[in-house]
Amino acid sequence: MNCQQAKPLIDPYADGELEAATILELEQHLQSCSACTLAWRNLHRLKKALKQDALYFTAPAELRQRIKAELPSPERAVTHRPAWNWNWLTTAMSGAFAVCLALLLVVTQTRPSSEKQLAQEIVSSHVRSLMGSHLMDVVSTDKHTVKPWFNGKLDFSPPVEDFAAEGFPLSGGRLDYVSGRSVAALVFQRHKHVINLFVWPAKEADSKAAPVRPSQGYHLIHWSEAGMTFWAVSDLNEKELMEFVQEFATGKTVNP
Amino acid sequence: MVPVDESERLKLFEQTVLPHLDAAYNLARWLAGNDHDAQDVAQEASFRAFRFFGNFRGENARAWLLTIVRNTFYTWLRKNRPPQNTVEIDDETLAVEDVLANGQAVNPQFADADAVRRAIAELPLEFREIVILREMEGFSYKEIADLADVPIGTVMSRLARARKLLRKRLAAEFKPGDQR
Repeated sequence: MNCQQAKPLIDPYADGELEAATILELEQHLQSCSACTLAWRNLHRLKKALKQDALYFTAPAELRQRIKAELPSPERAVTHRPAWNWNWLTTAMSGAFAVCLALLLVVTQTRPSSEKQLAQEIVSSHVRSLMGSHLMDVVSTDKHTVKPWFNGKLDFSPPVEDFAAEGFPLSGGRLDYVSGRSVAALVFQRHKHVINLFVWPAKEADSKAAPVRPSQGYHLIHWSEAGMTFWAVSDLNEKELMEFVQEFATGKTVNP
Repeated sequence: MVPVDESERLKLFEQTVLPHLDAAYNLARWLAGNDHDAQDVAQEASFRAFRFFGNFRGENARAWLLTIVRNTFYTWLRKNRPPQNTVEIDDETLAVEDVLANGQAVNPQFADADAVRRAIAELPLEFREIVILREMEGFSYKEIADLADVPIGTVMSRLARARKLLRKRLAAEFKPGDQR
């Protein structure tokens, strides 16, 4: 691929709209072309600038109240029917059932795609971290350097451990932005492979580490525990990535 | 899937559509350019959404609501603002050296919210809405195409031109040596 072919692909690439095969070709070009890489990085920064919270207008409270007040109230809608009418009760119950069913549908339909989207976001962050010179903000193999570094940069303290003895040395950390929030990214090495471990607090219930469908040749493992959600991503094979995840999970409970 | 019973309908509307009121107001605010008009548009759109809630098929509620916000806004615009206010953007306007796309490092001030806000506000409407839908709402090209009722190719070209304009505007805002 040359610059002329690469240029029109940079926008869709940054927007996550390219097909896997084209992504690979473009990334190969970006690795060898500093001009296109810079154009991509500039676009990335522009996108980040446009996404900042300060630019998003939230609805004023009075607007919300006005809308709620103007919508027909449920009381008004049912008062013309006597409360003891069994007909009404069955209607209400079947209505409630319909709502439950509808909500269930909404939940089951949106969940897989949002996880897929998140996985895609994690892979993109991982790839980005490898492409530029921004793999790490803090370079250290010492957890007592890496962990305090996040203080004041995040509203939570990520668990940090070094697994050099197990063959997964800690090499540093950085701030990243995933799923609409700032997250901690811990960087580990396995031979020549880089493992990015993304950590942020989540409301979801604890879940066991499970592989997520590989994306663009990268393996992903996701789990949640103690109010934190974890995503490990690497080009490492899934078995070794799982070994790492297990070290991380056990290391943390033994030595909190 | 929308229940016929009035109170169930309302409950479901409050649960699925109203949570996206922020998105509705944000889009209206960026399109209309001020709070007062944005509130009018967002409110009118919410009522319309409730009226047509029966047509909602359980797809993306945010996209559905924003489609209505957008239509409401353009109806409002035709009624309230003379058409000469819309600026024609031709290629001539864009025939500027896109320095930032061509390998010059970006000024770190790029993240200055006020400058970015001004730059977005100056975009022509049809570019502005695509930027909001893509960057602030995270919709895919396909979703934007459906929402704005234009082909995907148009979404892509408008987005590319909007970004070009933004880069140009932001580069002018921070000339080399500008310490703001």
